[in-house]
Amino acid sequence: MRRLRLYLPADAAAIAVGAQRVAAALADAAAVRGMALDLVRTGTRGMVWLEPLLEADSAQGRIGFGPICAADAASVLAAILDGGTHGKALGPVEQIPFLREQTRLVLARCGITDPLSPGDYAKHGGWKGLVRAKSLGPAATLEEIVASGLRGRGGAGFPTGIKWRTAAAAPGEPKYLVCNADEGDSGTFADRVIIEGDPFMLIEGMAIAAFAVGASQGYVYIRSEYPHAVAAMRAAIRIAAREGALEGFALEVRVGAGAYVCGEETAMLDSLEGKRGMVRAKPPLPAVRGLWGKPTVINNAISLASVPWIMAEGAGAYQGFGLGRSRGTMPVQLAGNIRHGGLYECAFGVTLGELVERVGGGTASGRAVRAAQVGGPLGAYFPPALFDTPFDYEAFAARDGLIGHGGIVVFDDTVDMARQARFAMEFCARESCGKCTPCRIGSIRGTEVIDRLLAGDRPALQRELLADLCHTMKFGSLCALGGFTPYPVLSALTHFAEDFTPRAGARAAAE
Amino acid sequence: MPEYERWSEAGASAVIAKHSGVAGAALPILHALQEVFGHIPEAAEPLVAAALNLSRAEVHGIVTFYHDFRRHPPGRHVLRLCRAEACQAAGGEALAEGVRRRLGLEWNATTADGGLTLEPVFCLGLCACSPAAMLDGQVLGRLDGPALDAALDEAMEGAA
Repeated sequence: MRRLRLYLPADAAAIAVGAQRVAAALADAAAVRGMALDLVRTGTRGMVWLEPLLEADSAQGRIGFGPICAADAASVLAAILDGGTHGKALGPVEQIPFLREQTRLVLARCGITDPLSPGDYAKHGGWKGLVRAKSLGPAATLEEIVASGLRGRGGAGFPTGIKWRTAAAAPGEPKYLVCNADEGDSGTFADRVIIEGDPFMLIEGMAIAAFAVGASQGYVYIRSEYPHAVAAMRAAIRIAAREGALEGFALEVRVGAGAYVCGEETAMLDSLEGKRGMVRAKPPLPAVRGLWGKPTVINNAISLASVPWIMAEGAGAYQGFGLGRSRGTMPVQLAGNIRHGGLYECAFGVTLGELVERVGGGTASGRAVRAAQVGGPLGAYFPPALFDTPFDYEAFAARDGLIGHGGIVVFDDTVDMARQARFAMEFCARESCGKCTPCRIGSIRGTEVIDRLLAGDRPALQRELLADLCHTMKFGSLCALGGFTPYPVLSALTHFAEDFTPRAGARAAAE
Repeated sequence: MPEYERWSEAGASAVIAKHSGVAGAALPILHALQEVFGHIPEAAEPLVAAALNLSRAEVHGIVTFYHDFRRHPPGRHVLRLCRAEACQAAGGEALAEGVRRRLGLEWNATTADGGLTLEPVFCLGLCACSPAAMLDGQVLGRLDGPALDAALDEAMEGAA
């Protein structure tokens, strides 16, 4: 029987838009033609607007068809086998501008390989970083990460190597390594895509980190909203252990339970210890006294996923990408009301406008872009007037924003920015761990003040009160939840002041 | 459609015993209990407390802290609809309003016939194909009113 090999993502986003039905229809269509179908379920290329994106080998490399549905199966098979045109044909996938223009370091294998095939991983450059780390030794490995300039991709941007150095030098045994994959920010999905699409890379990064700092136990904390990622990671750990890639390092997946604040590193430690996810005061830093009071390195999944490339290619090569103190690449997540939504890895320095308008193609609705929220629920809303801001930790901070975990949520001109500001306070109130007053009480008061402002109840006073409240939350909160909620609120109030004028009907709601 | 076991102390004790050996066992145990029974009744709290050498108040505190843990049995189907920003930007709020009106449901409530529980979720990581939801554990993206209705009808008919 003739065999046909095709590639279709099993990423959660592809499944959400019908990939499983497409897979079943392809199997049926192949059977009708008397062929054996070898359907490789890959991760996603990150071009989510083209999912389900089917690929086939060809003389020009892989060619794509998308977005396809089950009804397209027979005609797509005919186009692949018999030649001819197809309405959903995309040509060579790697020539699609969205993909061609990227600098894919952490996404190098994503969408190409079978995520759970150790053979694929090794064939596409896997384990080279770990091999080099082992040959250099722990101290030199650690210094290589320091020299690369890698900064924490969870949002804080703290130098990863310095964190490792602190934990390595801290007294106490055992040492722990925690991977923060509690990707709770709306508009972000890079951790999920990486874990589902190339989990061995994260395992390799964790094995290198554990080797460098002397950690013997590792945890990957994945949110419960990511069941596909949890399954992929658990399967990959089993395979990696069987292949002998984890010698001396015990690695385990732990699943969150719907608490946003557990993405904050100290709340995550409490959660891992089996408690309520309450934020801890710092110092002591987790690197000195973390999980069960022992030295603990806690890194974001993208930070750890960046490590194998750095170790394989060298700190200098990684330093070669980026802008200012933001070195290397960031998988930027284009989300919300956007035409070309997906995951776009590029060196720091590209402007927000290029990402939203050129790469993302503007809104999906076809209306004008009014705002982009960058960095999740705690990130600022940027108006198009600020779209010249380069994607860089410092440049965003200088404009009272943050890049956070690299998510960009685009809104068109139907958005009500007062409602978005209120939502930010509401979300903070819902998710506050309750330990500090500015966050626990301030967020509730914040929603009330916004309601009174919109009801026209002494608006000038409410604006002043809101600014004062935000100041208290920003400087008085224990962690970024209460501390950064003012970013979306104040940015909405500053850049979209016209949305905060009193409105009919709001008075009743406020009373 | 998930099939849950009827609550029993013996069944719960077996689940707890299976997971209490790991470090920081509370969340793994609570997840396992909810997977088996669909919820974590108050009667489970003293059992978990005894197994982990915690006070009952501490266990109650843990169960109520995390949004995932249900105190009451869910309906036969569970729809978790994303209410976060990326879904808001793509019409998620109107979608939620529509389904709530159609079913006459508040958030975290179950229809009178026990057919469906509606829960909010804040991000499923499907932000480039929003609005998104999860129906009985199955992810759904690029939703609009008709697509969500069709998915609900299919689930309800399949095993009502």
